[in-house]
Amino acid sequence: MISQFFILSSKGDPLIYKDFRGDSGGRDVAELFYRKLTGLPGDESPVVMHHDDRHFIHIRHSGLYLVATTSENISPFSLLELLSRLATLLGDYCGSLGEGTISRNVALVYELLDEVLDYGYVQTTSTEMLRNFIQTEAVVSKPFSLFDLSSVGLFGAETQQSKVAPSSAASRPVLSSRSDQSQKNEVFLDVVERLSVLIASNGSLLKVDVQGEIRLKSFLPSGSEMRIGLTEEFCVGKSELRGYGPGIRVDEVSFHSSVLLEEFESHRILRLQPPQGELTVMRYQLSDDLPSPLPFRLFPSVQWDRGSGRLQVYLKLRCDLPPKSLSQELSGPEQKAELGDGALHWDLPRVQGGSQLSGLFQMDVPGLPGPSGQGPSTMAPPLGLGPASLSFELPRHTCSGLQVRFLRLAFRPCGNANPHKWVRHLSHSDAYVIRI
Amino acid sequence: MPYLGSEDVVKELKKALCNPHIQADRLRYRNVIQRVIRMPGVQEYIQQPILNGLRDKASYVRRVAVLGCAKMHNLHGDSEVDGALVNELYSLLRDQDPIVVVNCLRSLEEILRQEGGVVINKPIAHHLLNRMPKLDQWGQAEVLNFLLRYEPRSEEELFDILNLLDSFLKSSSPGVVMGATKLFLILAKKFPHVQTDVLVQVKGPLLAACSSESRELCFAALCHVRQILHSLPGHFSSHYKKFFCSYSEPHYIKLQKVEVLCELVNDENVQQVLEELRGYCTDVSADFAQAAIFAIGGIARTYTDQCVQILTELLGLRQEHITTVVVQTFRDLVWLCPQCTEAVCQALPGCEENIQDSEGKQALIWLLGVHGERIPNAPYVLEDFVENVKSETFPAVTMELLTALLRLFLSRPAECQDTLGRLLHYCIEEEKNMAVRDRGLFYYRLLLAGIDEVKRILCSPKSDPSLGLLEDQAERPVNSWASDFNTLVPVYGKARWATISKYQGAEHRGPELPDTASFATSGPLIPEENKERVQELPDSGALVLVPNCQLTAEYFEKTWFSLKVAHQQVFPWRGAVHPDTLQMALQVVNIQTIAMSRAGAHPWKAYLSAQDDTGCLFLTELLLESENSEMQISVKQNEPRTETLNSFISVLETVFGTIGDIKS
Repeated sequence: MISQFFILSSKGDPLIYKDFRGDSGGRDVAELFYRKLTGLPGDESPVVMHHDDRHFIHIRHSGLYLVATTSENISPFSLLELLSRLATLLGDYCGSLGEGTISRNVALVYELLDEVLDYGYVQTTSTEMLRNFIQTEAVVSKPFSLFDLSSVGLFGAETQQSKVAPSSAASRPVLSSRSDQSQKNEVFLDVVERLSVLIASNGSLLKVDVQGEIRLKSFLPSGSEMRIGLTEEFCVGKSELRGYGPGIRVDEVSFHSSVLLEEFESHRILRLQPPQGELTVMRYQLSDDLPSPLPFRLFPSVQWDRGSGRLQVYLKLRCDLPPKSLSQELSGPEQKAELGDGALHWDLPRVQGGSQLSGLFQMDVPGLPGPSGQGPSTMAPPLGLGPASLSFELPRHTCSGLQVRFLRLAFRPCGNANPHKWVRHLSHSDAYVIRI
Repeated sequence: MPYLGSEDVVKELKKALCNPHIQADRLRYRNVIQRVIRMPGVQEYIQQPILNGLRDKASYVRRVAVLGCAKMHNLHGDSEVDGALVNELYSLLRDQDPIVVVNCLRSLEEILRQEGGVVINKPIAHHLLNRMPKLDQWGQAEVLNFLLRYEPRSEEELFDILNLLDSFLKSSSPGVVMGATKLFLILAKKFPHVQTDVLVQVKGPLLAACSSESRELCFAALCHVRQILHSLPGHFSSHYKKFFCSYSEPHYIKLQKVEVLCELVNDENVQQVLEELRGYCTDVSADFAQAAIFAIGGIARTYTDQCVQILTELLGLRQEHITTVVVQTFRDLVWLCPQCTEAVCQALPGCEENIQDSEGKQALIWLLGVHGERIPNAPYVLEDFVENVKSETFPAVTMELLTALLRLFLSRPAECQDTLGRLLHYCIEEEKNMAVRDRGLFYYRLLLAGIDEVKRILCSPKSDPSLGLLEDQAERPVNSWASDFNTLVPVYGKARWATISKYQGAEHRGPELPDTASFATSGPLIPEENKERVQELPDSGALVLVPNCQLTAEYFEKTWFSLKVAHQQVFPWRGAVHPDTLQMALQVVNIQTIAMSRAGAHPWKAYLSAQDDTGCLFLTELLLESENSEMQISVKQNEPRTETLNSFISVLETVFGTIGDIKS
């Protein structure tokens, strides 16, 4: 049971405020929340906070705070899930979620909230049911051009690429004007993997963790059936084996409840009738046992002259991807290196598959602490020299090897052209750390 | 804009509500009911439309009408419950529409709040279980929560229910998975192996949530992982890598992960975990670095050598924020694990240059005082502190310095005499802080009383390994937290939740619960049937035990070691001990429990204390060997008086007798 719900901008300005039960406080709770959030001691978590007998639970999404208050000891998992579902829903209806879109669509947001929650209880979050009751249309800032396909980014994934190349095709409201003729039937299917890797100083692999998701954003009329074919060698768990060779293995898979799995066992085909809007079709995890080699290896070596305080860092980066694939790393326009925030940054715009790059960095760091009792000049790195970490993005590549074979639609539009289908694969780094 | 409650609007609404055209158009009718309901002044007009709405053909009208009943009830405030309405709502639980069903439960819960909420009997429970697959994830999570209050009649029924619930453990929604887990844990409270199975099944979803992209979900999951680890320490040990921190994570997640790592450490992963934690110690964020060092200190209680080596290396960094925490960790460690004293003493010299804050200085001075005889330059380090005592800003440091120097003086008098004299002179003559001055005077007079007296008072034990063992016994059974699972309690942490709910209790306690409130303030709760017996006791032996005699564990310990056993006796005992029952029973007769092993431990031990009205202390040890069927009791008394001792023993005997009765 939720007492109040509000949305704050990143600076703490209330954008949306809704009181469902009229039992607690007034509008100033939003201000109170922001005051508590900014005044929080460092070691306490901001996720749940309380004031008197009211709990504040919030998520941060695209720079906004979505906050719910409650006076009951409710399930944190359900509430957090609801808040993120609300964020997706608002994104679906307003095109994208952000300070601008919310303030342009205040009426629509209130209308949505009215339907999703009644007296603080969730009624429904399905786009299908909600569309019967929503009258207001989304206000969008600029007309979308679907021909601007060169910059089709990914929706949802907050990656470096999406910052450079904002996707415009995918970020339009699901329910755009009913009379709009330009509305195209489009489906976006993304396979996104997050990679977290830890490599020891001797080069041995300590941890590999892949979190994968298949996300779907559909602009098709609801109820149109589609079939998604995954790589046939795809197997789940340690024991199962399919096809010849090592296969593509993941540890655990979970599907969205609307996915029908009759053909999954035999042909690795997912069948579903997605509602309009965004949906995570499948989630999977894979740890430790990666079928393909890691995309990057970094070989750092450090030389340190204790006497003069000169630190030499030699970094050799090797990209182990097939030569034809391009990978994008840290989306700076050109290569550069700089010192800041107690760290050395080396930005590379692009790395060719199979290539090797190296860089030599010299720094004068007087008074750096080191292991005592050794000679003035030593090969050993000074203590406190942190790990090296890579952050990158690989389009058209999945580390687990999972691919979408096909995406077939049973739906035949009346008169209009065939629906556009976009299938994209992407891996990006969550934490890619090499100890020195 | 129906929220603007002006006169005209109310009039308009009243008209609208009576308008048959509006009642005929379902969608408009629904919107009117949904939005108007919280406005005062339209209640008599809204009542009939709502009751009509309950029987409407369209499900979206029924959904709104059902919740409308709850809104109406709450608007009326303290009005009595309308029996007919409640019956109607109960019958609507059989509605075709899943949302109507869930709304009925919510509505009944609010209307019947005074009577303890909606009643889930066997037919309702099974009906809900069968409807579960039809509900969406929010409905499922909510119904799972309502089902918690149903108690199956037989074991067979219980396992039928568990079978039905099994599929929800694999749901893709974490809220449903956790709700189902909680229901499993509560229903299977008498079957520990079922509980363990469920926790194994839920491991996957929990770990997935821990590495979820949503930071907030990740945090909630980590808190629950910690909760599970309290009962099943090895549960996540093989997945330790999942809890390694990544540099981009926010601070609060990193701290939770470090705590988790600290708790899941075992023989196999200790090397890797320590390696990882060592990396955090040099993190840019000082707070995080210090948390990592404290975590290593926690692991050091089990894996002392490796940890002390890492901590010693960290001292080489000569960083202020690291050194101070390392020294504090050393102080706590030496107290618990005396075997590492030698290594710590070797690492200490040189630290004083890199410590500026009060906590770190206190720890260092304490170490130098207690273990000064093994540190060659200890007197000279303390001398430096004495030199600068005038500019010392923290009185606590000066107090610590006094005690440490006096202790060191006992073992190395020649080197310390001069310094001690100067410090005492300064404290007594120049110090402005009264506490410090008094402490100085106290030590001065103590020295006048003779060196033997000083030794007797200051030379307390230098370590206490048993304290660590007592702390380990905190391993709690699953049932102790099952009801907190999937609530805000683990997310806040138990300690913070206690303060929050105390506050809330004070808010809510009022007219509705006068009985319990007065009970809670009037001292220990005495069950009615025991009252007579308790009141008889004081008469029988002229022994009156004082309620609320609060001894600290340290004080208990000190006294326990300084006294001789006054009485030893053996009571017959059958089966295991239920610590909670025993503790309650002892509290009834004003005996305080200092420490107790967990249920089922072998050997089982407990330490008790009590005080009578003359101030005489009774300290008791209970010991239950696994193979014996006897409880061995040793009582110590700080004033030897046999008559009170005998009556104290008889009080204990009565307590054990009573518990024995309850059990058999």
